Order: sequence, then structure tokens, then C-alpha cells
Amino acid sequence: MANNVGQDDFQTKLQNWLPKIVLSPSIAAMVVFVYGFIAFTVYMSFSDSKMLPSYDWIGLANYTKLWKLSHWWVSITNLAVFALLYIGICTFLGLSLAILLDQKIRGEGMLRPIYLYPMALSFIVTGTAWKWILDPGIGLENTMHQWGWESFHFDWIKDRNMAIYTVVIAAVWQTSGFVMAMFLAGLRGVDNEILKAAQIDGASNWRLYRRIVIPMLRPAFLSAFVILAHLSVKSYDLIIALTGGGPGRATEVPATFMYSYTFTRNSMGIGAASAVIMLMTIAAIITPYLYAELKEKK
Amino acid sequence: MKIKINKKTILASALLMATAAVQAEDVEVLHWWTSGGEAAALSVLKKDLGNDGVGWVDMPVAGGGGGSAMTTLRARVTSGNSPTAVQMLGYDIQDWAAEGELANLNDIAAANNWDAVIPKALQKFSKYDGNWIAAPVNMHSTNWVWANKKVLDDLGLPQPHSWDDFVAAMQAAKDAGKIGLAHGGQPWQEATMFDGVVLSVGGADFYNKAFVELDEDALTGPQMVEAFKRMETLRSFVDDNFSGRDWNLASSMVINGDAAFQIMGDWAKGEFINAGKVPNEDFLCFRVPGSQGTMAFNADQFAMFKVDSASAQEAQGKMAAAIVAPTFQIAFNQVKGSVPSRTDIDPMQFDACGQKGIADLQYANATGGLVGSMAHGHAQPAAIKNAVFDVVTNHFNGEFGAEEAVEELLNAIDAAK
Repeated sequence: MANNVGQDDFQTKLQNWLPKIVLSPSIAAMVVFVYGFIAFTVYMSFSDSKMLPSYDWIGLANYTKLWKLSHWWVSITNLAVFALLYIGICTFLGLSLAILLDQKIRGEGMLRPIYLYPMALSFIVTGTAWKWILDPGIGLENTMHQWGWESFHFDWIKDRNMAIYTVVIAAVWQTSGFVMAMFLAGLRGVDNEILKAAQIDGASNWRLYRRIVIPMLRPAFLSAFVILAHLSVKSYDLIIALTGGGPGRATEVPATFMYSYTFTRNSMGIGAASAVIMLMTIAAIITPYLYAELKEKK
Repeated sequence: MKIKINKKTILASALLMATAAVQAEDVEVLHWWTSGGEAAALSVLKKDLGNDGVGWVDMPVAGGGGGSAMTTLRARVTSGNSPTAVQMLGYDIQDWAAEGELANLNDIAAANNWDAVIPKALQKFSKYDGNWIAAPVNMHSTNWVWANKKVLDDLGLPQPHSWDDFVAAMQAAKDAGKIGLAHGGQPWQEATMFDGVVLSVGGADFYNKAFVELDEDALTGPQMVEAFKRMETLRSFVDDNFSGRDWNLASSMVINGDAAFQIMGDWAKGEFINAGKVPNEDFLCFRVPGSQGTMAFNADQFAMFKVDSASAQEAQGKMAAAIVAPTFQIAFNQVKGSVPSRTDIDPMQFDACGQKGIADLQYANATGGLVGSMAHGHAQPAAIKNAVFDVVTNHFNGEFGAEEAVEELLNAIDAAK
């Protein structure tokens, strides 16, 4: 009898502990490889690291240097332009496509994957393909000239003032289908009863969407915003494949800046400082979102 | 029982020692020479060492310029597992030496008379604190112009010898519907042209003052303004579609006769040779007009990392000696397009451009015209080099004019120091 109780105890104990035991390796790995290295990077940003990490504390010197670099200002201006347009256009296009697809049209099952498909490609593929399409010598402009439209002119990718907009074009092409899918899911979750009630009251379709549907999509907007915002701060591969940061340095963004200062310019301290600023930017976006989400669940 | 254990231990340690001995006779070589010609050239060294009883553990990391190779190296060294020898450029070698990671090659250097045969300007990078730490493989130079001879002949143009002639020749080619200057709009390519242009304006003295000593007056003076103005002139002969183009595509524009000239380092020769072109018959190679007698070099070297055991050190020493030996220098550089990194090589075994390069090296070495290439990390460390890149490429892409460019240059260099 006593033995039995002991066994029960052991089983319940095991049951209580098992999830923790199973999860602990991945938690440990995450603590080291994610949070540990974040802490390491933050420390690096206050050190005089050049080619290899060094541990000599130099305070805020890297940050003062960073904010004096015109290169960094170009990068963050580009990020601001890119993020604003990318998030704005993707949200608008995604919502429009979702609303149009939601009109109970025929062939929706076929159209949806077509819009969603670009998301299956990596940014490297998107970047390379768009580099060719936008190249005046081989792409769109050349094709139009061959078709006889001689005056057609589209060389944004070679123009240092316009090149950042070609990055927006490629990125929007890639992600707007995904945003559409998110909004479509949101639309499908809107209660039909409410819509019917509004229709009986004589609301026009336009008012229906503006006053009822879109406000009810608030969570979908929030998720879309968070995903797009962090994608735009992280964008590195697309820039590298599409413009390589050029013409000149016209399309550098913080991510490419961080890589080049850390690994090719032997200025690891400045690179780490820029990484910390990127992290804080993302945190500033994500934290309010997480806060709101967690609060709602309570 | 006790004896048995002892026997086992002895056996095990003997085995361990045996494996260690086998490994120690190998050299592990990290490099980025993965393309056909380069890999073939390197296999000459592999064979030389094989005959000497030294095994070769190849560790290629692809990617021109060696960016990814250097990232790999950082990871290897940080984890305490350095390769024996690593292909390396300019200031990277000095940086690694400053970290105390490199071996001392003084004995091999003394036995093979390196001090006398290797150019002084190059020794600056192969030595740290007066001790040899790296074995140079070759010397490239950046102030070359590559011209399509047929295009010039058709237009009745001789090979230009002065900057004004050069500009006139590009203008003539442009008027005839050709592209005056083939160029790829990447920061390092613009900087490569800038090497030659600065030499053409002020010669080696000015170049050294500006780029090596970072003298403020030289950096902002009228000669630097003139250099940037010459870059603007070059810009006006480049086609509209240049940005982002790879250098070898620009070379093929010259090879195909679409463009008259290209300013590029001597690695471009390989493109011409591979296309079946003959120097002096199909294409011309000459120094950027105005920079004759000078040579902006960059050299590939094998930096030797510290190894522990005596036999590993011996293998490393054999490798270093084999790299600098004339047989390998000649065999490798015939393929690579560069010139041997020693001044006592008979040029007759090279093609016309190679002979010219060797003669230029000997002349420039004797007259102080041999300068480290800014564009390829032999004038300043990476941080300042890239700061110069930023300014040159932004200016070339029309961000600001020549007067403002010199101000930006000074600011950028100050910020990177």
C-alpha cells in the first residue's frame, strides 16, 4: 500500500515534470543563442571591438560615431521611406484584394494561391528576378523598345534618387498576397448576422465595409502591421540581391549597414551599435503589440 | 592488472602520437581561389608540396575578394582551431599579426633571401615588427587600361600616352557610336579607377601623401579636386546602364568591341585571354595615361598561423618556401595575370602584358613608384578604405561635385580613424 502511494507520487511528479524536462533543452538553447547573444551584442556595442570582439569598455563612443556617419543617416532615411511605403501599400493592396476575393466570386480557390504564391519565394529569388525585370538594358524597358514603344523610359533601378522605390515594388509584390490571406481570414470571421442587420437597415456596401467590416478587422490590421514592420527592419537579402546597396550607396539600409561595418569594415563596435538600434526599433513596435495582446486575453 | 592498464595507456598514447604525426605533416589551407584557372594554378603548389612529403588539406571558401573566407577564418580562430595558412590581403595580415595569431617565418626568409628579392613596398605587409609572417604569392596592379585594338585602329587612334589624349580617344569612340569607357558601377570598381586617376594627377609622391599618410592638405588640395574632376570626365564616357554591372561583363564589352577602354586591374587580362585574344594584336594593355612608371599594387599572400608541433612547423616552413620559390611564382602568375612578387624573375616566359608588368614592377620598385592600392586594401585598413569607397562612389554617381567631394573625403576618413 505504502509502495503504491509512492508509485502514484512518482507518476504524478513525472507527469508534472515531463513537459518541463522536454522543454528545457530548447529553452536553454534559446537563452544562450538568442538572449545570450543579444546581451553579447549589446556589450560589444560599448566595447572597442574592431576586427575581433574585444572587451575594453569605451562607453557610448560607438553610438556617437554612428550618429555622425552620413552613411548611417542614408540607411535610416531609406528604411523610413521603405517601411512607410511598404507597409502602407501592402496593407492597402492586401485589403483590397481580400475584399474583392470575398465577393463570392467564381474561381476563388484558384486565385487565392496565385496571389499567395510569391510568398513561397525567398527574397533572394524575388530580388534577382526583379533586378532583371527592372534593368533597362535587358528588362522591361528593352522589351518595350523591341515592341516598338521607343519612348518608354523606366530606369529607376539605375537612378540613385529612385532606386529605393524599386525595392518597395519588389517587396510589395512579394508580400501583398500574404497580407491578403490574413485579411481574408479576418473577413471570413465577420459575423454574417451583423452584416444582414445592417443591410436591412439600408446601409450601402461602401458604408458596410467602412463602418462595420474594417473596424472589425482591427486584430488583422495589427498583425499585418507587426509582421510587415519587422520584415522591413530586417530586410537585407532583398537589397543585396536587387541593388547591392547601389547605385553608389543609395539603397543601403540598417541591415546592410550592420553587416558591412561588422564583417567587412572591421568596425565591429559600430556594427553592434547599429544592431542594437535595430533591435530597439523592432522592440518599440513589438512590445506595445504584445502588451495589447496579453491584456486582451486576461 | 596494473601492467595491463599501463600497456593500454601506452598503446593508446602511441596511437594518438601516430595520428598527430600524420596530421602534422599536412598543411590546412584556407583560400578563395576556386575558379578554374586559379584552382589549376594552386594545384602546382599542391604538387610541389606533395613531392616534398607535405600533405594538403584544401579548405576553399568561394567568393571573390575573400569576404566569406575572412568570416570563416574569424569563426575558426575564435574557436581555437586556426588553419595552417590562409590566403590574405594587405592590412588583414597586419591585423591578424597584431592579434598575435601569426607564426614567425624569419628562418625560412633568411635561408631563401626574401629580404633582397621581395619588393620593399610589399614587405611592409609581409612583415610585422620586422618579422616575416606571410609568404607573398603575386602582385596585381590596378592602374591598367585595357583597350580593344580593332576599335582604336578603325578610328585611327594611337595608344594614348597623356591624359588629354586618353580623353580625346574616348570622345572619338563615343562620337563613332561606341561606348568610350566600359565600367561596372560597384564601389570597388570606381575605387579601382580612382587609384589610377590619382596617380595620373599627382604621381606616387602625391598618392602616398594623400592615401598612405592621410595628409590633410593633400586630401583637400587642388590635385585631389582635379582627380575627382577626372572621375567626372570618365563618368561622361560610361554608358547609362553601368550601375551594378560586374567587372567581367565590362571587360567583355571591350572584348566584343562595344566599348573602347576599360580601367581595371590585371586580373582583367584573364578575360581577354580566355576569349582567345592575343595581347598587342587584339587588345592593348597600358598604364592609365599619366601614371606611367608608377604601379598601384595589391598582393595575395599566404599568412601563416601559429602551429604547435615541430613537424607541423616544418611543413608550414616548407610551404612558405615553396610559395616564394621562382618555379611556383612563374607557374602561378602565368595563369593568374599578375606578376611574380619578386624582382629577379626572367620576364621572357610571360606574354606581352606580363612582360610589361614585370618591367614596370622593377622600374617602379627602383624609383619609388611602387604604391599600395587604396582600392584593394594596400594603402589603408578596411575602415578607412571603405570610407574612401563611400565618397568615391557617391561622387561618381553624382551625389556631389568635385569641390564638395574632397571635403566629404576628409570627413569620412576622420570619422573612420
